[in-house]
Amino acid sequence: MLKSINLLGFPIHVHRAVRTTKENHMSVTDTPIDNGVNVDVLLEAREALSNAPEAAQFTWRVTNTWKNGTHSESSLQQFFGLGGEQSHKTTFSYDADHPEIFASEDNGPTPVEFVLVALASCLTAGVATVAQNRGIQLNSVSATIEGDMDLRGILGADSDVRNGYSGIKVSYDIDADASPDDIKALVAQSQKRSAVYDIVTNPTNVTVEVR
Amino acid sequence: MPTTTTVVIGAGHAGLAMSRCLTERSIDHVVLERGEVANTWRAERWDSLRLLTPNWQARLPGYAYAGDDPDGYRSVNEVVDLVDDYARTVAAPVHAHTTVTSVRRDGDGYTVATDQGEWRAATVVLASGACNVPVVPAVAEAVPATVTTLTPAQYRNPGQLEEGGVLVVGAAATGIQLADEIHRSGRPVTLAVGEHVRAPRVYRGMDIQWWMDATGLNDMRYDEVDDIVRARRLPSMQLIGSAERATIDLNALTALGVTLVGRIAGIRDGTAQFAGSLRNVCALADLKLGRLLDTIDEWAGASGLDDEIEPPRRFAPTEVVAAPPLGLDLTSGEIATIVWATGFRPDYSWLDVPVLDRKGMVRHDGGVVDEAPGLYIIGLPFLRRRKSTLIDGAGDDARDLVAHLVAYLDDRSRHRATSPGLS
Repeated sequence: MLKSINLLGFPIHVHRAVRTTKENHMSVTDTPIDNGVNVDVLLEAREALSNAPEAAQFTWRVTNTWKNGTHSESSLQQFFGLGGEQSHKTTFSYDADHPEIFASEDNGPTPVEFVLVALASCLTAGVATVAQNRGIQLNSVSATIEGDMDLRGILGADSDVRNGYSGIKVSYDIDADASPDDIKALVAQSQKRSAVYDIVTNPTNVTVEVR
Repeated sequence: MPTTTTVVIGAGHAGLAMSRCLTERSIDHVVLERGEVANTWRAERWDSLRLLTPNWQARLPGYAYAGDDPDGYRSVNEVVDLVDDYARTVAAPVHAHTTVTSVRRDGDGYTVATDQGEWRAATVVLASGACNVPVVPAVAEAVPATVTTLTPAQYRNPGQLEEGGVLVVGAAATGIQLADEIHRSGRPVTLAVGEHVRAPRVYRGMDIQWWMDATGLNDMRYDEVDDIVRARRLPSMQLIGSAERATIDLNALTALGVTLVGRIAGIRDGTAQFAGSLRNVCALADLKLGRLLDTIDEWAGASGLDDEIEPPRRFAPTEVVAAPPLGLDLTSGEIATIVWATGFRPDYSWLDVPVLDRKGMVRHDGGVVDEAPGLYIIGLPFLRRRKSTLIDGAGDDARDLVAHLVAYLDDRSRHRATSPGLS
């Protein structure tokens, strides 16, 4: 069955394959599960984009401007994807800085804390999405994230010490209508499909040029 | 040019099962084999290799195990004997030492070119196997020249390797088997582990393959599975065929002294980089094993077996150290050899019919190549059922495909009768 869907305003033709439904963990009252994620659109996008890989190429973009000292401001609104320029509904801006114990002014989080924010956000979004797809109702999800770092790396005090985190630990507290193993499986699957988890656990080419 | 109704390419167990089913339906055919029957088993397997499935499970049309060790696991030589015997039993019309160089559409049939001449056929069955060419990741290009590298196709036994450390990349069945025997030979092994499928050899006293068969998991059809693409790409279960029915999982390897690291993610300046995701891939495998055992226990209970067999149990979670190594200097001399146990892929370079997808795989619907009427494929993982991956699956697949082929030929001859220009 051929079907035309509008993915964020980009018309894509989807040949909808026959799918069997996964086993649903429906609650006793049989009310629909709602974690607020539109899984149908994601599943359609997966199918459509596997047939149109060019449309799947995205470029995320951030501009950064130095303010003073270790303080800079990053802002973003535009990104490229689905074959064209896209836009967030507003410009988002973030200050980054170093804390006062570094003799800085603490105008914003440190860059490395943004990385923990990114990882947590990505994993939590994934937990919600996987839970929706598997028919599991989430009641509450919170996490604490800790990244350990030996400062002698960035201070250049010891070449055997890396600049970045020596390890990151994420601890989730999840209340959901599911067994402990099913909840662990949500978190495991979220990591498997997480962009930031991949960025942090695997190498990425970074090119920095001066124009 | 000789003409036949069906050309079967490949005289492995799948091609021979097709031959037997074609014979049963009186379809004249030939089986073209580039080497001898069971060629790949003869030429490209390591010394200690045994099948992952017990002897009783090698069931083919017209053949069942009649020996005295049904729960044992065949060695390579025994597999060659099995396939050889089977070819004789079914009197398969095998043309050995005949390498196919091209298959192309020709009117409403096919021309199959070989190094022994051409054949014209109404139908063609690709039974050339799923594991013709080793898959080696692109990072292999950056391995320093001082390190020896090989794939399982070249590996025979630990004695062929230099003394020194060995990095085994890949933790499916081949990877864990080689990691075990190479480490035991006194060559310290580091094993790079990506996503894998953990399985015990024996559960509640029965072989895991017995459970896969008895519960009906092996008979699950390709159109009953939620994500068939994913199911077809799953790595092999971490099993070994051994007389002791040993389970070699990652915990067993750790106990032996093997070092586990994450998936190889890159090689930079002679240093191998491993993913920081080892803990999660182990968690994923443990959870998946738990679900398999839950399914088995539910079936056993419903089938009234609980009183007759050992009670359910669960296996210890895979141990992962707090901080697995993220890098390994390949220039230090610590690693003498890398074994790429990273899988195989089929070779379709001789297939001149445009039926390959973006990844170079044949597009098919349960073995029927819809885009090329009269073309079939067999001997692929989860072709039609989960057991298609095993010797045990070839029979049902062959029966199904021959039934389709017979119907196709009937249609075709009706069409030819009304369109005389085609003959």
